[in-house]
Amino acid sequence: MTAIGWRGVFMAVVRREVALAMKQKGDVLTPLFFFVIVASLFPLGVGPEANLLLRMAPGVLWVGALLAAMLSLQRLFAADHADGSLEQMALSGTPLTLLVLAKVLSHFLLSGLPLVLIAPVLGIQFGLDARSLGVLTLSLLLGTPTLSLIGGIGAALTIGVRGGGVLLSLLTLPLYIPVLIFGAGAVEADAAGLGISAHLSLMGALLLLSCVFAPFAITTALRISLE
Amino acid sequence: MQWNNASEFFAMGGYGLYVWGSFGVTALALVIEVWLIRRRHAAAVQAIRGDLQEGSSGPR
Amino acid sequence: MNNRLANWFRFASPQNFYRLAGRLWPLFAVLGTVLAAIGLWMSFFVAPTDAQQGEGYRIIFIHVPVSWMSMFIYLVMAAWAGLGLVFNTRLSGMLASALAPTGALFAFLSLWTGALWGKPMWGAWWVWDARLTSELILLFLYLGFMALQAAIDDPRRADKAGAVLALVGVINVPIIYFSVKWWNTLHQGASVSMTRSPSMATTMLWGMLIMSIAAWMYAIAVALLRVRGIILERERHADWVRHAVE
Repeated sequence: MTAIGWRGVFMAVVRREVALAMKQKGDVLTPLFFFVIVASLFPLGVGPEANLLLRMAPGVLWVGALLAAMLSLQRLFAADHADGSLEQMALSGTPLTLLVLAKVLSHFLLSGLPLVLIAPVLGIQFGLDARSLGVLTLSLLLGTPTLSLIGGIGAALTIGVRGGGVLLSLLTLPLYIPVLIFGAGAVEADAAGLGISAHLSLMGALLLLSCVFAPFAITTALRISLE
Repeated sequence: MQWNNASEFFAMGGYGLYVWGSFGVTALALVIEVWLIRRRHAAAVQAIRGDLQEGSSGPR
Repeated sequence: MNNRLANWFRFASPQNFYRLAGRLWPLFAVLGTVLAAIGLWMSFFVAPTDAQQGEGYRIIFIHVPVSWMSMFIYLVMAAWAGLGLVFNTRLSGMLASALAPTGALFAFLSLWTGALWGKPMWGAWWVWDARLTSELILLFLYLGFMALQAAIDDPRRADKAGAVLALVGVINVPIIYFSVKWWNTLHQGASVSMTRSPSMATTMLWGMLIMSIAAWMYAIAVALLRVRGIILERERHADWVRHAVE
């Protein structure tokens, strides 16, 4: 075991990811801007009628967040695979699952969290009130880590594969659907006065399930891709 | 049996388009699927025969 | 006992399975045809006219079988793919790849017949009820599997990657179904449901059952046929292939 131990390795990977992202800020900012643009496209498409936008808002913002999260998934393994560090990680003494968890956590911090933070601003554009904004933010906060975990599976499967980006979307989006339904549903349920505990509990359950199963699936997929 | 004649059968009580649209497309799809499989098999056999020919006609 | 086991594992070699599949598929094709004939006869001549839906309801004799089969095939496909991943057997992966297009086709037919049933009955080509929406997502899962395998050149990697995807999909299918059901009841309330079908006369149930088994036999026959082609493609440089093809 290394002198710094597994926790040290974990933190080192996270720090490395953040440092790399800071060097290529565009990688982090572009999906964020994409989210903003997509959220603005919908009103442009359906018209500015306030009632309609208000009703659409949770779904639109959630779908926008999904798509933005998908865009940033490419980054998860591509660069490391290209320069060989991914193979080094797989060959190192540290369990690959640990390293995978560190990378996924970094992805959430760099991609998911910004989406969570900017969503309320976009929600205002749609006329959501303060309480709804709060529920939206909470649902995204619970949901985006799950998106990173599930998305990591698709990213690991499609490393270096033809048509990578679009293929990744095709594979991952169906798996995102439960998160979308419960996430957007939470905001709507709250607006209808139905209480959000059920939705949020389910999202918490999805997050836990993903935490348990996804790293293992991602590691398996990585080993398959690296053979 | 409740069909008095053939035209009643095809009309399906007014739903003919939908019923035959379903059964018809299904039958068509299955036929096409089998045809595609046979084509793929034939192509594989062709490729192998091509390999064999190359092998036997090449310089040795 | 050891001998018996060894006998079964003999068929794990593509060469032996190629021959076995060649002998078996006509059997399943005949079974399927006979059952389909019986089923169709029951669908059109035995099952009575429905009180509410008239003759239009007869579409269920296609819709229900292909729906069931599309889900069943996904399970079988994932099982074979998983076996291939765990035991590292080439043939298991080939079988999974052979099943996928048929499953996808059945999922598509389920949606098609569902639309043709929905339009006259409920006035819309598409209703976002839980079953149809889940079927649509199942189609996406099939297409994703096939797209992933098509995009990867190395067949072994394609097999294994597809296996991971299929297994993840299998775990997700109940979750997706549950979430879609939840979503549907929340939004539509007392809307029409494909599951609240005409009350089933016994003949109707039998008709559906026989057609389902017919579809199952068809699926097996077609998968055996397709896997023979896949075996030839993948093993083309093996000696036995040269002899098999002459």
